[in-house]
Amino acid sequence: MPGLEHYLILSGLLFCIGLAGAVIKRSAIVILMCIEIMLTGVNIAMVAFSRFITPVELTGQIFTVFIIVVAAAEIAIGLAIILALYRNRNTIDTQKIDLLKW
Amino acid sequence: MNWMYILPEIIIAASALAIIIADLISRKPVIITTIAIVGIAASLIAACTSTVTFEPVFDGMLFIDGWSRLLKVLLLVVAGSVVIASTDYHARLKHSWAEFHALVLFSLLGMMLMPSAGNLISAFIAIEITSISFFVMVGMLKTPLSSEASLKMMLTGGIAAAVMLYGMAFIFGSTGSTSLAEIALSSQPDFSSGLLLGALLLLAGLLFEAGAVPFHMWLPDAYEGAPTPVTMYLSAGSKLAGIAVIARVFSMGLNNPGGLGADWGMAVAVISALTMTLGNVLALQQSNIKRLLAYSGIVHTGYMLIAVATIGLGGQVSGDEKLFFYMASFALAEIAVFTAVIVITRQIGSDRIEDLAGLARRSPLLFAIMSIGIFSLMGLPLTAGFMAKLFIFTSAVDNGLLWLMIIAVLNTVISAYYYLRIIRVMWLGKPSDGSALSLPKAPGLISIFSALGILLLGIAPYLLLKLAENIIFIP
Repeated sequence: MPGLEHYLILSGLLFCIGLAGAVIKRSAIVILMCIEIMLTGVNIAMVAFSRFITPVELTGQIFTVFIIVVAAAEIAIGLAIILALYRNRNTIDTQKIDLLKW
Repeated sequence: MNWMYILPEIIIAASALAIIIADLISRKPVIITTIAIVGIAASLIAACTSTVTFEPVFDGMLFIDGWSRLLKVLLLVVAGSVVIASTDYHARLKHSWAEFHALVLFSLLGMMLMPSAGNLISAFIAIEITSISFFVMVGMLKTPLSSEASLKMMLTGGIAAAVMLYGMAFIFGSTGSTSLAEIALSSQPDFSSGLLLGALLLLAGLLFEAGAVPFHMWLPDAYEGAPTPVTMYLSAGSKLAGIAVIARVFSMGLNNPGGLGADWGMAVAVISALTMTLGNVLALQQSNIKRLLAYSGIVHTGYMLIAVATIGLGGQVSGDEKLFFYMASFALAEIAVFTAVIVITRQIGSDRIEDLAGLARRSPLLFAIMSIGIFSLMGLPLTAGFMAKLFIFTSAVDNGLLWLMIIAVLNTVISAYYYLRIIRVMWLGKPSDGSALSLPKAPGLISIFSALGILLLGIAPYLLLKLAENIIFIP
């Protein structure tokens, strides 16, 4: 029977993998996917805390539903922005998107 | 449930939807602008006359108290100025005029909810409404610069939101609740390390909207690439809402003098010192006026965080009238400067500082408005900026932050270099083309009123300070 700490280790791993990917990766779409991995880590932590700390209330689960909805909205906007950028520049490589610096 | 508490927000949401529907029926820009202005004016009346209570409403989701009411009025004034000033930007935004106005109102809705948040869930929703609307508005021109600015803001914002949520998860895990009032009850002096970790992660995420150091990189790019009315809105609106939500969440939920309050107060003080120093150093060699104002905005975020730090160290439970005074004077200065920048850049077709040369001869009125705004940002006496800095610096000393006050004063001196450089170029520079610049009526009215407001608050600051004090501390 896995306990709270097992879920928290999993969520911490997912969050760190997502954060590392978001910092290292060059493709804007992969960075968006990495942000989703970070949010998955958050959701697992949220649901695990809800299950183990407040078993009778559903606060954590409700919060998770809100996070999923907002993340979907953010991805929709994000893909639209990437598309607009691709039409302008013909690339989504964040290293080559450097008109604005310092 | 008493819906009258959120009447201002309901009016704003309704007028945003009305704009989208009106765009389907008629594409006349004047109709769209009128709906937006009427909606904001009605909401302003509702916000000024609404009932306030110190008890949380809607099951603890929102606080409708004096602090949130003051911020609502300030943000409504800023949004109204943005709508009026953007009439001068119609030529470049005419293909998405209705979308622009609808998004201005939707982000206003989020910003009005931010200082009222009484629960981590409502704080998160309010922040996301604001930032997702801003991602779209920044990319609205669809030019390479604008799309790039929007992408950078969106990716940084996504990472910041994830960090903030991870912090909220830890706060929830350590206290068993997401309501600020209940979190405050459970944060005893011997708080758990999970709560401290959560508070620091939450702070890092919230600093994105305010534009402070760990998440400041998007700010100059977004300011330069965005349409200028959006830049104005970002600096005079979302920055203030970001500071206000930090003050709300941390002073209501995580304030326990001697315990957590001192910890995050000190963390905010260190971030504030880093923010103003880094912003100043990078501002020194900017050649683009919008980019320079972005770095100057980062420096001002640093000054406002001093006031947030004193809330933590001093153990106050609600907002702070000195912080509000600073916000109001900063918003007035940004409205004056950015309205002038919108008018000038449209006519000279460039936003480089050297192209402002000879503005004093080409339009004395625009030069006067720009100068008053810049002097207030710099903090010269007789302007609101001076009194605002004075109040914040003295309250820092009162709360044992003498070192931070010294850093802030040194930074004010450094910042005079780049502010005075703009004035020098405008006053002494030789224009390449000496034709006179005109100031259209609507933006002219806004900028003249805000310039007069700056002078009035500089001469009689207690008018606003006493009013704010009365509204915040007396129900």
